[in-house]
Amino acid sequence: MERPLTANIKPSDQPSDRRAYERTGGYAVARDTVLRLTPQEVQRRVTDSGLRGRGGAGFPAGRKWSVVPMGEHAPRPKYFIVNADEMEPGTFKDRLLLEGDPHQLVEAVIVCAYAIEADIAYVFLRREYTLAADRIARAIAEAYEAHYLGHRIFGSTYSLELHLHISAGRYICGEETALLNALEGKRANPRSKPPYPGVSGLWGKPTVVNNVETVYNVPHIVGKGVEWFKKLSRTDEGGTKLYGVSGRVKRPGLWELPMGTPIREVLEEYAGGMKEGVGFCGVLPGGASTDFLVQEHLDVPMDFGSLEKAGSRLGTGTMIILDDRTCPVGMVRNLEEFFAQESCGWCTPCWAGLHWIADLLKEIEEGTGRPEDLERLEWHTRQLPLGSTYCALAPGAAEPLQSALKYFRDQFEQHIREHRCPWRH
Amino acid sequence: MLSEMERSEIERTLSQYPTRQAACIDAMQIVQRHRGWVSDESLRDLCELLGMRADELEAVATFYNLIFRRPVGRHVILVCNSVTCWMLGADALRDRVATAANLRVGETGADGRFTVLPIVCLGACDHAPALMVDGDLHRDVEPAHVEEILRGYQ
Repeated sequence: MERPLTANIKPSDQPSDRRAYERTGGYAVARDTVLRLTPQEVQRRVTDSGLRGRGGAGFPAGRKWSVVPMGEHAPRPKYFIVNADEMEPGTFKDRLLLEGDPHQLVEAVIVCAYAIEADIAYVFLRREYTLAADRIARAIAEAYEAHYLGHRIFGSTYSLELHLHISAGRYICGEETALLNALEGKRANPRSKPPYPGVSGLWGKPTVVNNVETVYNVPHIVGKGVEWFKKLSRTDEGGTKLYGVSGRVKRPGLWELPMGTPIREVLEEYAGGMKEGVGFCGVLPGGASTDFLVQEHLDVPMDFGSLEKAGSRLGTGTMIILDDRTCPVGMVRNLEEFFAQESCGWCTPCWAGLHWIADLLKEIEEGTGRPEDLERLEWHTRQLPLGSTYCALAPGAAEPLQSALKYFRDQFEQHIREHRCPWRH
Repeated sequence: MLSEMERSEIERTLSQYPTRQAACIDAMQIVQRHRGWVSDESLRDLCELLGMRADELEAVATFYNLIFRRPVGRHVILVCNSVTCWMLGADALRDRVATAANLRVGETGADGRFTVLPIVCLGACDHAPALMVDGDLHRDVEPAHVEEILRGYQ
């Protein structure tokens, strides 16, 4: 089984320095791309591969790039940004790539930035990823020394600056237009769209923001081809995917597997199944802002289309397991308190609605909920669809709530009927 | 007044951006690295250096949870309270940390040694529960480990 993104990663070791990375073929794709391919050809390969964003939303990468104005009359400078603000609860996948193979990040940035003729690139990293910060900074410095970054890289006519930006917290910075405001030194409120960042982004210039895992895929697609990429997968969506499992399982962890590996296989063969004496109740397949799935969905392939058909989303691909020792109401309360706290405060349905939801869940869990609260919660989930707010935070918050009300309704009703949480002794 | 070192570190980050305001988050983090927090005086100094108004910079400072506008202890302990850590005992861990540090969450102890704050998902869910002291990540932390971990931060 091929694991292109993680082939060089040994979590207990120091990552490869530039020389070691180059001994395993590193920077060959970046060099070839810059010296031999046109930006249009790079874009064509990525579009044809069908690569979809691995940060949560699943937007096709090639389509995101295609709106960027190209050629000598395009506004300058153009920007390419790696979104390394991994903060979705239950998600720990980009950390592995950033800590484990930072030169692969630099190479990927070169290829992606070249594809949109970007002049300046940033890696936007959350501050808590301190080990990643040290390693990325070292890799960038080594790449500058070798003239793989800076003026006329690899002896070509293409120049690229790459900077590391360490953020100062807040989940909302992972939303791409909020991220742009953060980089401009402002409060990270999302922007109204359109215009999309590809047309008018950082300081009003054409900008592409891509997730870490998405970016790491690009040099492999460009170097080994679209057919190779498609064959990595078990479904019609190409590539591999980093799948993670956390919760009361025997071996929580992270694995790069073919796209479309079923939930059951990841959970049982890789994570070793549930711990002794613990039962499976449900799963958030791709982080906090995805809908719960339950036992009947365990054979669903983990890809964008199949999970959507099952009523959830691939999201970040890192699943959180709800077990029978955990109160589903308490779990949803924890999630909604997170979303309420992390709302940037800009759109009313979000800042008002999410705190209201969190309050209702607190009352239900603490035994003072009323029967009509369940309809009120359902009403709230209908106030938060895409389009009612500037960004996807609130729609994401609705997902675990609406599905918990569907699959764990009995447990919600039991709390209200018995005026207590049955999981608290 | 900003120190020479703070000033030169901030000047270096200015070269990464086309506007001076863009460096304000880096600049506040630089001041914080040297002084622990961003005082009103530091804020005014930064405004002067970056060409920003005090209300503008304050609006930015108060948006980001890792910029501290009040003094903190010599060591800041961030205890993850997001979903997987919560399932696997984050509340008990938080209480143990508060007891061991002899303070309440959100506070700085009287001896100025620790500040304890909640934090969103630290991205260590496969080793939950997790906490962070200064820049160091501690994983698979049981309440019984807390005293020993804290001994490393005097």
